[in-house]
Amino acid sequence: MADAASQIGAASPPRRRRAGRGEARAGMLFALPWMVGLAIFTLIPLVITFYIAQAKFQITGAPKWVGLQNYAAIWADPEVWASARNTLMFATISVPIKLVLALGLALLLNRVTALSGFYRTVFYLPFLMPAVAGSVVFILLLNPGAGPVNIMLQAMGLHPPDWLLDPKAALWTLILLSLWPLGVETLVFLGGLQNIPRDVSEAADLDSPHPWHKLIWITLPLITPMILFNLVIGIIYSFQVFTQALVIGGTTGKPAEATLMYMVVLYRAAFRYFNMGYAAAMATVLFGVVLVLTLLIFRTARSWVYYEGETR
Amino acid sequence: MSDPALIQPRRTAPRKLGSMLIYHALMLAIAGVFLLPFYWMTISAFKNNAEIFANPVTWFPDPIRWDNITALLTRDDFPYLRQFLNSVFYAGSVALAVCFSCSLAAYSFGCLRWRGRNLVFGLTVCALLLPGIVTFLPVYLGWTKLGLNGTYWPLIAPFFCGDAFFIFMLRQFFLGVPRELMDAARLDGTSEFRIWWQIVLPQVRTALIIVGLFAVVYTWNEFFGPLIYLQDREKFPLSLGLFTFQAARAKEWSTTMMGAFFMAMPMVVLFLLTQRLFRQGLASTGLK
Repeated sequence: MADAASQIGAASPPRRRRAGRGEARAGMLFALPWMVGLAIFTLIPLVITFYIAQAKFQITGAPKWVGLQNYAAIWADPEVWASARNTLMFATISVPIKLVLALGLALLLNRVTALSGFYRTVFYLPFLMPAVAGSVVFILLLNPGAGPVNIMLQAMGLHPPDWLLDPKAALWTLILLSLWPLGVETLVFLGGLQNIPRDVSEAADLDSPHPWHKLIWITLPLITPMILFNLVIGIIYSFQVFTQALVIGGTTGKPAEATLMYMVVLYRAAFRYFNMGYAAAMATVLFGVVLVLTLLIFRTARSWVYYEGETR
Repeated sequence: MSDPALIQPRRTAPRKLGSMLIYHALMLAIAGVFLLPFYWMTISAFKNNAEIFANPVTWFPDPIRWDNITALLTRDDFPYLRQFLNSVFYAGSVALAVCFSCSLAAYSFGCLRWRGRNLVFGLTVCALLLPGIVTFLPVYLGWTKLGLNGTYWPLIAPFFCGDAFFIFMLRQFFLGVPRELMDAARLDGTSEFRIWWQIVLPQVRTALIIVGLFAVVYTWNEFFGPLIYLQDREKFPLSLGLFTFQAARAKEWSTTMMGAFFMAMPMVVLFLLTQRLFRQGLASTGLK
């Protein structure tokens, strides 16, 4: 879209030129604070991070060039591997489940009833819950002995897990917690559903008596742009999961490193042991992984995302 | 879909009533699951420890322990009021900074044509997708060198330059301002600054409020930055204060829950009052 705008700008008649020059100057001037900020807080630090990643650097004292030693150390660090495994599992399980649940909720919400507004509000509320407060509440809710969730489950005759105390269950608990604030994803899907033209939807109803057919062949293809959007954002964010993991597992990923996340190990390296070079190297690895995944998703997106007007 | 009566005319009335009941029962059950943490937080805030862990579960505090509020506000190791005000200051400053700086950049990207614009905007979108930590460490070292570690400077100052997400969001609104409006003013010889201030900004007033709201919510919940830069309990915002308290006093649940309650409430109330704006803002970030 930005490209189209620039083409129009380039093709505007020469009469506009003179006014255009003042506009161009103003454009740069208005963007200047941001360009300075972008350079100081993003672009230059990005380069420096890659530089620090190749140095031994403990904040005090000068950085000492060590080449790829930090990366070798990361490769040999079992805690990095444990945290990477946890983070990967967290992301690959929580993101798809969250998308499916959000889509289901959006489908349920996509009808006009007296309570629609109420439901939408309720599903959005958890997103506003500060992550620290939300995590703390979940620790209490899921208290294995005396938390209300387990008391209720036991009353129903079930054998609930020890949630946050059992190393086998703790990561799943973290995933469960991440599913709670799915309001944003739901509202994005709902926006997509409400944009589906009425005639398309009605034609589909006439063509087939099975609602499933419509869902798979009409509804889903039409909201693939929203699926892509939620998927990319979800992947990027879940690889950086930190606050919930730190509140629940502390810096050691209690219990037994089950909730140890990549960002927590990185945080420890940088701000507990002040091993900046090591932490910077970890940051560049995260950057690389997220970059590759994002590019992969966008690359495959061409074959499964439908943009309206594309084929016309 | 939006009008079932039109789509399925053959359905008889009683069946429709039945499916309606099932629908609402299902939705209310889901809503209950979503609200349970809020509800449990609220009632636990007004119980003592024994009552919180009572078996069977008690769904309403009896008695309602109002003194939990004073207990929270008078603790030496958890200066709650102070931290609350810190959060207000932090969120307010960031919101104001963002509204100002991002409206400059978004105006430039959305309404003005200049060479290099698409490149800079492209970089902005890339910055949006960048994991924050990959630029964080050098910036941290810089602030430390300046001696500003331990203050709110590193947490607020960058927002005076702008923020990729909010610029992106505001630009969507600026794109909707009709170009004729600006061109007419230009023909009259109005300066570009006055066009921005007197003609364009009033057009996007709602958008600015939306961006301010999102900035408040974002900053109120922000945890990583304060965790790194602040060491003094008196300077903590609530997110960090509540974390520190819970980590140190894991057993004092009623105080923790009261703290969480008063941390969540301002956001919930703010949202309930401004719901429509929130949804409009969300719609703007999706997919353009």
